[in-house]
Amino acid sequence: MSSPAFADHGTVQAVRDPAELAISSAGLTKRFRSGQVAVNAVDLAVPAGSVYGFLGPNGSGKTTTIRLLLGLIGPTSGSHELLGEPMPGGSARVLPRVGALVEGPAFHPYLSGRANLRRLDAADRTVDPATARVRIDAALDRVGLRAAAEKRYRHYSLGMRQRLAIAGALLRPRDLLILDEPTNGLDPQGTREVRTLLGTLAATGTTVVLSTHLLSEVEQICTHVGVMHLGNLVAQGTLSELRARSAARAEVETPTPERAAATLRVLGLSDVSSAGGQVSALLGDVEPEKVVAALVHADVPVRGFAVRRAGLEEMFVQLTGEGFDVSG
Amino acid sequence: MSVADLRQSSDPARVPSGGPVGAVVYRPHAVSSRFFRSELLLIFGRRRNWVGGLILATVPILIAIAVKVSPPSPGGGGMNFLNQITQNGIFVALSALTLEMPLFLPLAVAAIAGDTVAGEAHLGTLRYLLTVPVDRTRLLVVKFGAIAVFALVATLLVALVGAMLGLALFGGGPVVTLSGTTLPFWTGAARLLLVIAYITMCMTALGAIGLFVSTLTEQPIGATIAILVLALGSEIMDAIPQLSVIHEYLPTHYWAAFGDLLRDPISTAAVVPGIWSALAYTAIFGAAAWARFGGRDVTS
Ligand SMILES: Nc1ncnc2c1ncn2[C@@H]1O[C@H](COP(=O)(O)OP(=O)(O)O)[C@@H](O)[C@H]1O
Ligand SMILES: [Mg+2]
Repeated sequence: MSSPAFADHGTVQAVRDPAELAISSAGLTKRFRSGQVAVNAVDLAVPAGSVYGFLGPNGSGKTTTIRLLLGLIGPTSGSHELLGEPMPGGSARVLPRVGALVEGPAFHPYLSGRANLRRLDAADRTVDPATARVRIDAALDRVGLRAAAEKRYRHYSLGMRQRLAIAGALLRPRDLLILDEPTNGLDPQGTREVRTLLGTLAATGTTVVLSTHLLSEVEQICTHVGVMHLGNLVAQGTLSELRARSAARAEVETPTPERAAATLRVLGLSDVSSAGGQVSALLGDVEPEKVVAALVHADVPVRGFAVRRAGLEEMFVQLTGEGFDVSG
Repeated sequence: MSVADLRQSSDPARVPSGGPVGAVVYRPHAVSSRFFRSELLLIFGRRRNWVGGLILATVPILIAIAVKVSPPSPGGGGMNFLNQITQNGIFVALSALTLEMPLFLPLAVAAIAGDTVAGEAHLGTLRYLLTVPVDRTRLLVVKFGAIAVFALVATLLVALVGAMLGLALFGGGPVVTLSGTTLPFWTGAARLLLVIAYITMCMTALGAIGLFVSTLTEQPIGATIAILVLALGSEIMDAIPQLSVIHEYLPTHYWAAFGDLLRDPISTAAVVPGIWSALAYTAIFGAAAWARFGGRDVTS
């Protein structure tokens, strides 16, 4: 259980007791035969009970990481644990407790939605066959597919397919859900429904990992976030930790900008600039209250004072060097 | 968003309410046939495969009708079994098996075996089966078992349609063996069952080769064609006398030996090596499929 998995790798995730982690990885790396390093030394730390947004532009390595986590592909180097069990050795014990959606839905086209779920359930040796019918109906109900259950999968719309895949992950109670872009192809109503569903599941203690390229999705339902960029996990932590990490600027509104700027420089603030009656500077390690005290002490007339942080969106653009809908 | 006192509140992460995650222990049932039955349902519920079955069944029907309409002259040349049909309807089954052995039966097995792993990979369902989780070895065992059942059903289909129709059109009676002796009807029928078992073994061996080929690709049609090319290529090489050194190692070499089961007494000179050959091919390619699929990256 002890590993350097949670050593600082440019992340803000503090070292946690591994027992509390639903997912932990140490230096997880995947180099494809093409030579491309799709996942590069990723140290994931997904706390149990969290809703973890796995955020990154298209092609940043989210799906490859999920395949690694589930043991579908072997790592070039590194290791990981799911729910405290080392993988892939523990997959027979741990995977029944994990519901997953990987790179979109996939089912037999000439079978009905229900028959497809029945097949998935039949493949699971660890469930009670006697309850299959009830569990399948419940899963179909949860994603609102009961009415279309008897239709052939090939006649499903993209949104219905996505719903069926989510139903497949919910055929039994899970401790961990790993969902790769679950709202792809869903209409706004469906997206809302899925978010509500995930909220309900998280409220009962299920850890949810939600991979997405949409920042808004993370902001709306996630407690934690990990940011992928070109195969690297460039940031990880709670949403608030990440917000706190973004560079904060002190902004002073004053009729004497020169004096204010001089005071800020003396305090050690950098990147001081003034425009009109506004002086702004990077706070760095200086506490805002010290700045206010220093300004007052220097007899700078302060009309307004604010600490402004970059929004998450700006921050993620900084981290990944691009907008979030751009493929990478 | 701004303001000095916007100090973030402490971690909003929810801590799991219950005990440690995953206190529940799941205990796999020692043996469960559910997945295997689901696999059979997939094969025998598929319309494409019903069409294939219909084609297999057409051959004995054609033979029976053709012989009824225009009976072969007694003692004339041509296929041994065909000439016997008018005396005993059970020979419709043997004639049909003889005619389907080189192409139609291997084609049917190739279609099913090629689809096993490559078909699931092509659809993407493979990744979902593996995350259920289905152990990779169990997946191969179930897929192989389904191929074997299909090989039996396909052979039975040809034989039974032939036997029933033949008996209905020409009646039964003592069976004249290839050695010229005569066996009572039920002994002859038992010989037909041996023939079915032998052909099923040969087809299952081809199926094991097919299972291996199916782990090499994500294109089920490609796998099917490759398996068929292997079978037909083997038959062609078997027909070239200059290659006689390798003949006995060809997977199809002993296929035609099922005729020996209709001699009196049964000639085992080719049947026994045929059984060993089928078992060897099954074991070797089953192991190869396992070695190939066991650690393969599933990126479909
Ligand atoms: N099987 C593969 N072989 C080679 N490269 C791959 C393979 N799968 C994915 N990649 C590459 O790895 C990178 C990450 O892909 P992926 O994990 O699918 O990203 P995401 O899910 O974040 O969009 C991409 O550049 C992709 O082209
Ligand atoms: Mg992806």
